[in-house]
Amino acid sequence: MLNNNSILKVNKITTRFLTQDGLVHAVNGVSFNLKKGELLGVVGESGSGKSVTVLSLLKLLPMPPAEIVSGQAEFEEQDLIQLDVNQLRKIRGGKIGFIFQDPMTSLNPVLTIGYQIAEPMRQHMGLSYNQAHKRSKELLELVGIPNARNCLSSYPHQFSGGMRQRVMIAIALACNPKVLIADEPTTALDVTIQAQLLDIIKRLRKELGMAIIWITHDLAVVAGMADRVAVMYGGFIVEEAPVEELFSNPKHPYTLGLLKTIPNLEGKRAEKLESIPGQPPNLLVKPLSCPFGPRCNYSFERCNRENPTLIDRGKNHKVACWLNADSGERL
Amino acid sequence: MEYLIQGSVMIEKKPHFITFDNEIQHRSLWGDVWRQFCMHKGALAGVIVFIFITLLVSFGPLIHGIDPSTINFRERNLGPSLSHPLGTDNIGHDTLAQILAGGQVSLAVGFFAMLISLVLGTLIGVLAGFIKSLDGPLMRLTDLFLALPILPLLLVIILLFRDTLRTLYGPEAGIFLLIVFVIGITSWMHTARIVRGDVLGIKEREFVTAAHSIGTKKRRIIFRHILPNILSPIMVSATLGVANAIITESALSFLGLGFPPDFPTWGRLLYDGANFIQITPTRVIWPGVFIALTVLSVNYIGDGLRDALDPRLRGK
Repeated sequence: MLNNNSILKVNKITTRFLTQDGLVHAVNGVSFNLKKGELLGVVGESGSGKSVTVLSLLKLLPMPPAEIVSGQAEFEEQDLIQLDVNQLRKIRGGKIGFIFQDPMTSLNPVLTIGYQIAEPMRQHMGLSYNQAHKRSKELLELVGIPNARNCLSSYPHQFSGGMRQRVMIAIALACNPKVLIADEPTTALDVTIQAQLLDIIKRLRKELGMAIIWITHDLAVVAGMADRVAVMYGGFIVEEAPVEELFSNPKHPYTLGLLKTIPNLEGKRAEKLESIPGQPPNLLVKPLSCPFGPRCNYSFERCNRENPTLIDRGKNHKVACWLNADSGERL
Repeated sequence: MEYLIQGSVMIEKKPHFITFDNEIQHRSLWGDVWRQFCMHKGALAGVIVFIFITLLVSFGPLIHGIDPSTINFRERNLGPSLSHPLGTDNIGHDTLAQILAGGQVSLAVGFFAMLISLVLGTLIGVLAGFIKSLDGPLMRLTDLFLALPILPLLLVIILLFRDTLRTLYGPEAGIFLLIVFVIGITSWMHTARIVRGDVLGIKEREFVTAAHSIGTKKRRIIFRHILPNILSPIMVSATLGVANAIITESALSFLGLGFPPDFPTWGRLLYDGANFIQITPTRVIWPGVFIALTVLSVNYIGDGLRDALDPRLRGK
């Protein structure tokens, strides 16, 4: 694979939480490559390690209890995992922007919108208050907030959820980041606002040419936005493929099950929504076998013995499964 | 837009939040704070009373013109009259002159002692709440101070340092510094506890993580993101602190540890007057009224400030 056009190269990140019940194996050696200008969708159910993976990259997890055990994240010839907090601070918000899930709680209630947008610019670009103020106005217009000048002196509680998330996007974009990490940015919003925000992100991505890691539960969003999709389960990436390939030709039983759960608008109405039987894996147990094994219809003896690694099966389609879905051959 | 119909003429009444780009008036933060503050009737009354008391004790002695230390045995235990509006005490001091002079000291002590205890309490509370490794030691220190019997401690401190300070800064300034300092360092504990608790809660909130995610420095996170969020408990303990300091100073003066006996403060006047409550009850009533009014007005001001500084309450 060509590596010289990748902007963020994550290699075997492993993050654990030390809790009263024992070690929680939240992320177990996740690797991926983010290319310049690419939108990588990361999907998976709650607790599959999506958020923890990206939070680990910038060390935004509370440490302790979190602990990044191993792994590298190469960004601009630096390993993010090795950097100390002071060096990371220059990257956070400057070169890598972050959008959080809940816009209702991610803005400081006692500071004006203008101050909060200007903050990263004053921090990273050394702009004066007035310069930052001027650019804040442009940014608000960029994310589609009308009457931006007035909004700068407003407080978060005067804004609706959609407006706040736009503000969060404006903050994340303030310093022209090379990489934007969006951690379920539309989960807390209703569908119409969600559609508007997706349009904004699509437009800005073209205009600014940044790479995006988009974390979501929502397969429809991923299908419409992403270039490439990684499916996570139990702290592992179980399947990774270009978006069309993944949706037309899913190879991992979990992805297959996930796609089946989408209700169909056309055709006969199903009696019941599909679901995947069983429970998500207990992360307190060190994963030595396939994490999906216990819920998998296709599992066989090897699945309980060994954990499959991510293998390229052609067309950039990588799967971690002992079963070759195309030939039915057990590896 | 609302329309008011007056007679046959229709007048367009513009709502105050009009939002057309060319028409907006930029509202400044402190303008908003002031507007909200004025909505709080109690706070406004508090400000008026407090300013009145401050002006009275600052300029009153110039107008009244009687030296508070003048002793006149012929005119002792008098009731109110034109020359002595609040009467005299058992050795002929003019009560009004003494209250005015005492007010200067009491207000100054209350204000500066509150400032010391507030800064100290907030600093210790924020450090304990924000830096995990300091939490244990600093909170145990707070417990230690709370467990110390304050009066013996004050006794020791004052006995140890009174003479040194007196020689350094003169009898009045020296004692003033000592009292302010002593009250300040023995009353910060409650503020520290409240602030620590609030910081612990606020620092787990998502907007603090968001602030980390844009590369904000720790110091800036403390001062710009966390402190403004805990302003209300700090305000409340500040106003309570003023009242507390005035009362503690009274107690110290009563025990003979505060200012010298010929040096009036409200607390001292109150305690001195207590022995003569049957002969001249006004000697007790007036200092009491002034202490109560000051404490009450400061409390109301704090209440109003807290509401005004919280943008979520502002404009409601």
